[in-house]
Amino acid sequence: MSDQQVSVQNIGPNGPKPSRVISLGNVLLYGSLGITALIWLLPLYVMIVTSLKGLPEVRLGNVLSLPIEVTFEPWVKAWDSACTGLNCEGLKMGFWNSVQILVPSTVISIAISSMNGYLLSFWKFKGSEILFTILLFGAFIPYQVMLYPLVIILRELGLFSSLSGIVLIHTMFGMPILTLLFRNYFSSVPEELFKAARVDGAGYWRIYFEIMLPMSLPIFVVAIILQVTGIWNDFLLGVIYAGTINFPMTVQLNNIVNSTQGVKEYNVNMAATLLTAALPLAVYFISGKLFVRGIAAGAVKG
Amino acid sequence: MILVALVGFVGCSAWSIFYSFTASKALPKERFVGFKQYDRLFNSSRWQVSVENIAVYGVCSLIFSISIGFLLAVALDKKIRFENTFRTIFLYPFALSFIVTGLVWQWLLNADFGVAQVVRDIGFSNFEMNILSNRDYAIYAIVIAGLWQGTGFVMALMLAGLRSVDQDIWNASRIDGIPSWQTYLFIVIPMMKPVFITTLVIIASGIVKVFDLVVALTAGGPGGASELPAKYVYDYMFMRGNLGQALAASTVMLSTVLIILIPWAYLEFSRKRENSK
Repeated sequence: MSDQQVSVQNIGPNGPKPSRVISLGNVLLYGSLGITALIWLLPLYVMIVTSLKGLPEVRLGNVLSLPIEVTFEPWVKAWDSACTGLNCEGLKMGFWNSVQILVPSTVISIAISSMNGYLLSFWKFKGSEILFTILLFGAFIPYQVMLYPLVIILRELGLFSSLSGIVLIHTMFGMPILTLLFRNYFSSVPEELFKAARVDGAGYWRIYFEIMLPMSLPIFVVAIILQVTGIWNDFLLGVIYAGTINFPMTVQLNNIVNSTQGVKEYNVNMAATLLTAALPLAVYFISGKLFVRGIAAGAVKG
Repeated sequence: MILVALVGFVGCSAWSIFYSFTASKALPKERFVGFKQYDRLFNSSRWQVSVENIAVYGVCSLIFSISIGFLLAVALDKKIRFENTFRTIFLYPFALSFIVTGLVWQWLLNADFGVAQVVRDIGFSNFEMNILSNRDYAIYAIVIAGLWQGTGFVMALMLAGLRSVDQDIWNASRIDGIPSWQTYLFIVIPMMKPVFITTLVIIASGIVKVFDLVVALTAGGPGGASELPAKYVYDYMFMRGNLGQALAASTVMLSTVLIILIPWAYLEFSRKRENSK
């Protein structure tokens, strides 16, 4: 880390636009960026090569070497038969659980929050600003303060340790940041448009569905990216509220890797880790700049 | 709909604070003991270790993620080639969960087969790197993993900030012959103060809540040497059945976040008001 520190610092004094193509400044600039990039890529590379090696090779070789003999055995095992304690069913259960949690949570939280954002920017009522401020604070409050009361509430509702329970929790915790996202977007819509629709006699729902919704498709995409990666990567809420049979993939992954008895199968662990990382990585690489927008808005989450 | 969330957020927080003053064990009960839970909390060695660790983690991550993030952003802002490629590389860890991050670094820092072995293979055959099982250094493993995950995000925020700096300022300082590092130091950075503050608040309020990363990377070990407050809350709440302690600890976490948050909210608010005048 310290090498990288030093080399990155050296590039400071070389101006905003290097003029010549090859200059000392440019060499330093690209050199330090390149080294940093390599360090950043190292974990991904190591994950991939380790997951393609057999266990003896993992133990003999080093983490950087390419697999001599490529095997997909660890992937199959991670998916199908890796053990979490006594249960040897691999990650596939966790994957389907995560999908079952992800889809309804994403849809419901976005539907509700877009409506909230719409309400807060066009149908202001007394106290709506205060309501919004409190909601925003909800985004910053540590989850830990709310964990136990929510256990009680869910238990009273009969939803503790169930899929609907965890969906409800995700919907609730997704609301502050998504509402912020939609409110900010809708506030940039010209007020005149809204007033014109009102004059023409369109009501609350009609304006929402026929004017606002079609206009705000890009922000919906951002919201979807935000929720999909956020919910998929969640650990804390899943481990508490979903219940053992509904454990999401992250929880199962942690159980597989951190509670194996006897021989540690590093290659299987890395394959499992990659499998869990696959969906958010795919979302990231496909969505590109939209992802950046999403995380900039969602940074306060968690 | 919003009301539900309000009852959820405000109500639940209030409930937790309320019960942190009771002698609740496995189940909540209304026997008040004043500040006894807090007394016990601050005297518990495990909590002290947690607080020390979060301080180390917090200071290191703030300093390094902001400085590295800013320098990367400056480098990327120099109209370089492959800017998109570099940005994609620095930011991809942010798409990964803390669990994944923790597990990868657990493997990389593995004393027998990880990067340590690579160094031994190069020729330093006596090289030992055992930070995961060393009581003093385990927390730095968490710092490294956290930096890898989060620095790209700081870079993205800083880059957005740099892009919003007026091009005329660069032209003016070039005409005046001011070296660009001075322009950065004395003009650009002061201009970007709001960006820095926002980044600081976002990262700081994230640091207080770090949980998954420890669980995946060290599980608080070795021997509780890398415990963090969020894990303290979780363990006492769901593993040890000592609700009073857990709620007292979570209330302390909440106060910390509020201490970071309220001045910032105030600042933002008054700035917005000034702008709208």
